[in-house]
Amino acid sequence: MHLAYPAVLAVLLFCTGLYGVLARRNAILVLMSVELMLNAVNLNLVAFDVWLRDTLHAGQALTLFTIAIAAAEIGIGLAIVLLVHRNRGTADIDKLRDLADPPPAGSPALHDSMAAPTDNDADQARRARRQTA
Amino acid sequence: MSAAVQLAAAGPGLAAAGHGFLSPTGVEIAFVLVGLATLGAAVLSVTTRQLVHAALWLVVALGGLAVEYLLLTAEFIAWVQVLIYVGSVVVLLLFGLMLTKAPIGRSPDADSGNRPAALTVAVAAAGALVWVVVDAFRTTWIALDKGVQGSTAVSGESLFRHWVLPFEALSVLLLAALVGAIVLSRRSGHDSGQGVGPGPGQGKEKR
Repeated sequence: MHLAYPAVLAVLLFCTGLYGVLARRNAILVLMSVELMLNAVNLNLVAFDVWLRDTLHAGQALTLFTIAIAAAEIGIGLAIVLLVHRNRGTADIDKLRDLADPPPAGSPALHDSMAAPTDNDADQARRARRQTA
Repeated sequence: MSAAVQLAAAGPGLAAAGHGFLSPTGVEIAFVLVGLATLGAAVLSVTTRQLVHAALWLVVALGGLAVEYLLLTAEFIAWVQVLIYVGSVVVLLLFGLMLTKAPIGRSPDADSGNRPAALTVAVAAAGALVWVVVDAFRTTWIALDKGVQGSTAVSGESLFRHWVLPFEALSVLLLAALVGAIVLSRRSGHDSGQGVGPGPGQGKEKR
């Protein structure tokens, strides 16, 4: 088998995951896209291990380690997302803007579009919390 | 997306000695077909507007990847993939979707506003990487018929002979992740009044 087939498939899967990470709004869908990217890396590792006929089987061992680390990552990530959802009432990463820089006093025009949704979203989150409580 | 495969099959003159891209073997045909299904499921999983369907398409994509591992003769990795990804990670994701009260049915705001930028970045990265990878590996041939490379015996032997220490370190990491998930999702006493979670189902994401 040509090595180009698994390599190209891994590239396309990685870029699909990249698009998902950048475009999705729900935090859990972002985690799913991260899983796609990790799987693309795994496919590369396995393909190159089979091609090189490594005596240590480093590629396959690393693939197993990556799978285990991905499982740990998804557990911690989901725990964090659930905690955020419990405290804020939302899992939308667009609305989690507490760490965003406040608009500087000198150039308010540049950052108006950034500042306006912050207040709205805080209000919305508060309202959602009140509704569900 | 099959354009990339056609790109990989650009010319028979560029192929490895004795192995043309235009005369594929049976394994290659199977690999490309399963790869197309996998890629289609992955694209659907990141573009569908129904959140639960996204998780189910992810099952198809991960299962397709397990078949690709089988075709690459890495059978142990394939079964681990089925067990851990399809068996537990997707179930965790579905639990997460349910516990965060994901809307069933179409949700119009599944994609954020930077979708065109994301599409631009992804297509540019895909184009550049496919170009580089095809240019680098168009003459490289994997000899799949010279013995199985990833059977359980071979993988286990290398794992427990050469990779024992990382393996044990990884088990410690898994334990730490388990404890961390428990601590994070545990309801502490003083903030239980303002919680909006769905109640007693909170501990479900732990294995």
